[in-house]
Amino acid sequence: MRVSLSWLREYVDIPANLPVNELERALVDLGIEVESIVDLSGTVTGQLVVGEVLEIEELTGFKKPIRFCRVNVGAANGTGEPQEIVCGARNFAPGDRVVVILPGGVLPGGFAIGARKTYGRNSNGMICSAKELGLGDDHSGILVLPEHVVAEPGDDARPVVGLDDIIVEVEITPDRGYQMSLRGLARELAHAFGIDYADRGRVPATAGTAEPAYPVEVRDPVGCDRYAARMVRGVDPTAQTPEWMQRRLTIAGIRSISLPVDITNYVMLELGQPMHAFDADRIAGPLVIRRAVPGEKLTTLDGVTRALAPEDMVICDTGLPNPLAGDGEGVPISLAAVMGGETSEVLPSTVNVLFEAAHWDPTMVGRTARRHKLFSEAAKRWERGVDPALPLVALDRAVALLTEYAGGTVGDEVLDIDHVRPVTPVTMPADLPSRRVGVDYPPARVVALLEQVGCTVARGTDRLAEDPGEVAVAAGGGETLSVTPPTWRPDLADPADLVEEVVRLDGYDQVPSLLPTAPPGRGLTLQQRRNRAVSRSLAERGYVEVLAHPFVSTELADQFGLPADDPRRQAVRLANPLSEEEPLLRTTLLGPLLGIVQRNLGRGLRDLALYEIGAVFQPRPGAGRPPAMGVDRRPTDAEFAAADAVVPHQPRHVAVVLTGDLEPAGWWGAGRPAGWADAIEAGREVLAAAGVPQERVQVRAAEYAPWHPGRCAELLVDGTVVGHAGELHPAVLAALEVPRRTSAMELDLDALPVPPVTPAPMVSGFPPALIDVALVVDDSVPAQSVQQALAEGAGELLESVRLFDVYASAQLGAGRKSLAYKLTFRAPDRTLTGEEAVAARDAAVARAADRFNATLRGT
Amino acid sequence: MSYRNDPYDPKQVALLDPAALAEAVTEAGKAFAAAGDPDALATVRPAHLGDRAPVSLARREIGALPPAAKADAGKRVNEARRAIEQAYAARAEVLEREQAERVLVEERVDVTLPYARRPRGSRHPITVLMEQISDLFIGMGYEVAEGPEVELEWTNFDALNIPPDHPARGLMDTFHIAPEDSGLVLRTHTSPVQARTMLSRKPPIYVIVPGRVYRTDELDATHAPVFHQVEGLVVDRGITMAHLRGTLDHFARAMFGEGARTRFRPHYFPFTEPSAEFDVWFPEHRDGPRWVEWGGCGMVNPRVLRACGIDPEVYSGFAFGMGIDRTVMFRHGVSDMRDMAEGDARFTRAFGAGL
Repeated sequence: MRVSLSWLREYVDIPANLPVNELERALVDLGIEVESIVDLSGTVTGQLVVGEVLEIEELTGFKKPIRFCRVNVGAANGTGEPQEIVCGARNFAPGDRVVVILPGGVLPGGFAIGARKTYGRNSNGMICSAKELGLGDDHSGILVLPEHVVAEPGDDARPVVGLDDIIVEVEITPDRGYQMSLRGLARELAHAFGIDYADRGRVPATAGTAEPAYPVEVRDPVGCDRYAARMVRGVDPTAQTPEWMQRRLTIAGIRSISLPVDITNYVMLELGQPMHAFDADRIAGPLVIRRAVPGEKLTTLDGVTRALAPEDMVICDTGLPNPLAGDGEGVPISLAAVMGGETSEVLPSTVNVLFEAAHWDPTMVGRTARRHKLFSEAAKRWERGVDPALPLVALDRAVALLTEYAGGTVGDEVLDIDHVRPVTPVTMPADLPSRRVGVDYPPARVVALLEQVGCTVARGTDRLAEDPGEVAVAAGGGETLSVTPPTWRPDLADPADLVEEVVRLDGYDQVPSLLPTAPPGRGLTLQQRRNRAVSRSLAERGYVEVLAHPFVSTELADQFGLPADDPRRQAVRLANPLSEEEPLLRTTLLGPLLGIVQRNLGRGLRDLALYEIGAVFQPRPGAGRPPAMGVDRRPTDAEFAAADAVVPHQPRHVAVVLTGDLEPAGWWGAGRPAGWADAIEAGREVLAAAGVPQERVQVRAAEYAPWHPGRCAELLVDGTVVGHAGELHPAVLAALEVPRRTSAMELDLDALPVPPVTPAPMVSGFPPALIDVALVVDDSVPAQSVQQALAEGAGELLESVRLFDVYASAQLGAGRKSLAYKLTFRAPDRTLTGEEAVAARDAAVARAADRFNATLRGT
Repeated sequence: MSYRNDPYDPKQVALLDPAALAEAVTEAGKAFAAAGDPDALATVRPAHLGDRAPVSLARREIGALPPAAKADAGKRVNEARRAIEQAYAARAEVLEREQAERVLVEERVDVTLPYARRPRGSRHPITVLMEQISDLFIGMGYEVAEGPEVELEWTNFDALNIPPDHPARGLMDTFHIAPEDSGLVLRTHTSPVQARTMLSRKPPIYVIVPGRVYRTDELDATHAPVFHQVEGLVVDRGITMAHLRGTLDHFARAMFGEGARTRFRPHYFPFTEPSAEFDVWFPEHRDGPRWVEWGGCGMVNPRVLRACGIDPEVYSGFAFGMGIDRTVMFRHGVSDMRDMAEGDARFTRAFGAGL
């Protein structure tokens, strides 16, 4: 909402010369967000003066007609001689008073004005339009001062055109509809500065009469609990909206349309009551207010034909036949509360005006506005709540303004169909604000503050304070207040709402600072510690964390070559994705992560080791919709469990992607390219960091998209697959335009078991016996299996076994490989003899020979 | 024992002559001094201390002396030998020290050569900040609570006093899960974890909730469709707004130094009443000390407590939350939101693994 300070001053006596920052502070402290405060007097610099047009010489021979004007600017130009100015506008005549900026001045936007030669003449300054002065969007011609304006040539034009004003733009929170009016803002400022406030929304108004201003029947008093109307007949259709009203509408961002329509908007800004103006001669019969019937259509003022929904409230003309809805239902001529219809709108010829001021159900208006995407100024106010006591006051104001500026006769009849329910009082312990806020508010202070915002408060002691909680601040003594909020405060429905009003008016800065004492906590959970450990360990190993957006395309599953029955093809879909290209949520971290790899590559980074820890989204097919749950009580455990069962499974995964060199080249030698083995190592590292004992981890070959089928490992813990690692499939890399050999790992952190309490190892002080063995096996035998066989065969004396070389050669024969292991034997209680160690070695080799047909190399 | 009974032979015993012994010592000293390194020294050692060295030969002659002269001659020989040995040891020590020093000089390298063979990685500043905030509150007795990112509309909205037609619901720019009436959304804030926590725990509740949230904003310099919040929730007996303020003041000082403080501005959130936005005085701002908008807070709306099965007549609570991306931005002077979301490794590397 954007208003001028001078307009606000008409409603409340704000201290004169109030510094802008104090005004801003006052508004902010009341919970009104200040978007901007602009002092217009600083927006135009130099001499901006009133000029009187003396002569106009039409210049021809140019692309458009140009005028060479002699303008009397009094003594402002220092000579008293007429100022010669070239002007392209044509909406003025000799004798008109205009606004002239003299050379040396600067218009908004830094537009400096000088004396220059143009169209063959010297132009000394400029005659300004409203837009050029920053006063609105009107650039149809220059600003001509109306006759009633008192100003002499040479006078400073700023006060004359409103450039001495201060414009305040504020953002109103969704609960405080009443602040979206001069009436409401003035009330708040009166609180802030402790000054008197005369509420123009609560003045006596012309009451409803038995004879209606126009016959109207309200069929749905829930959707429309008040409908009031008055008629003005015989207005001058040529009457213009007064310039001051246009200016105020312009500042508020509302376009001037016609005097009757401008008046409805002006009254809305002033009092907060949205209104509508009908051309009474364009309505054929009595009006009916009802819900729309499916299939009905209405062309609204913006020229859009809208299909109406059965929830929309419409104002219907029963003088028109409606085969769809039936006799007597009438044809919709206005979409209630949101926008009028074309067929009954006020035209330049309108002489009989019917003003409507109604009260509509805010929920209905909100839905209708969203359904038709019509977030009009009126709809914004309805959604936030409009004072149902306003219609007659607003009608009085509207008819007075219309007759003042366009003549005509106000009808004596006042229509007022009033189904508004009285406001229910809210009962509150008088000490509740003290107990909730921690400031001692004596009951009299609470009452005074609530009365200040318009509440009616009855004090009583008929009810004991019901809150047995610890009373942080003693106050109240069991006194109870019965508070009836004012009609314009539908947001004051609970005691907590009243508490907020008390602390808001008393000042949030009065709230002391006190630390509560929490009971002892248990720190992070195991899972939380584990996620941190994994993250830190990857970072310390050289990986860089990214937080990718989880949105992916429908094509990704194909690009990844996922089989038709792969569960990762079942993705959660967004109903309103930001991009239709990416409507799905990731089922694997790799898609978005590879996207980030691409972006980095595009920026010239070639060596990348990235990781992400985040959720993947696995829908629950056939889960249906969650059951409806209310909010008046806690859902039962069974109800909530049923609802929660619909929520997609969202396990936390960790993934890495590697491309380029893992270790860079340098003066020390060549770099080391990252590959499949690094990806698998990352997987082992994650499992180790997560506390999974090495002996429970298994790595074995797997074929799993999007990995290279010959270079993919699955990682198992206790025999359950928890993730995959290796080099990505060349076709996938080609499709994603990522370099060959790019490798990746992804693992489900939530699938990892709780780490056991580690049993301490026996550390023997006796010397070890070290024996190396090189085994030749078939190429297809996994190294891990050979190692396992060695370990089993070696028995208890084996302390460790480590593969230190893998070797293949023609000598060994095709399809054979040599695996060289270092075996460390040690006994807990003695120094091993050579014979003992050799015996253990032989047993180990025998087991490998037995299981994999392994032979000792060189034998 | 047998000895040669030769008559005293002056020529033979000339070796035992004090002058000859003195000369042997002198010669040895010269030879040792001439040796330039431990190897050369070792080479000349046999000539002066070996079996054929003058002092060794002289010792052999002692046997031929008459008994009366033996003691005297033996003493002279021993003194000469000890002098040569001492000269040798002294010279050896000097030469070894010189050699060690020379090696140290010879082995000198350019330690300024850049060496980054195993570059460290880094964690995202948002992750690090969320951990820091969590740890701060853990230190105060809070526990970390988490919840799903695809969330029930009920927990994201209804339970938080945002009924279906509430204007605040429209302001949330929500991603809905298909089909439109699925009853599921991408959570628009971390607040649904409030509802989940209250449904699963009994008061007193002191939790801190870091997490990812979603709004349908296009990614630009100041907006992102995916961002992060940290939220705190306390439900206990006798909790007041003063406790909220005290907690946030403590938080602000811990994050931004002792000079930090908070300022409350009345605001509206459906799930708290009274509600406030809070600013923090940030002395280290890159554009100079100033108030920075930090987050929203308030006293938990009794309607929320009721929907989650907590008796608002017995318990009260407060909640607060702030955007982590925004906090990283003003704390570290990040000027473009996209830097946080795009995953450019150069950006994240600058932050290291974080403490």
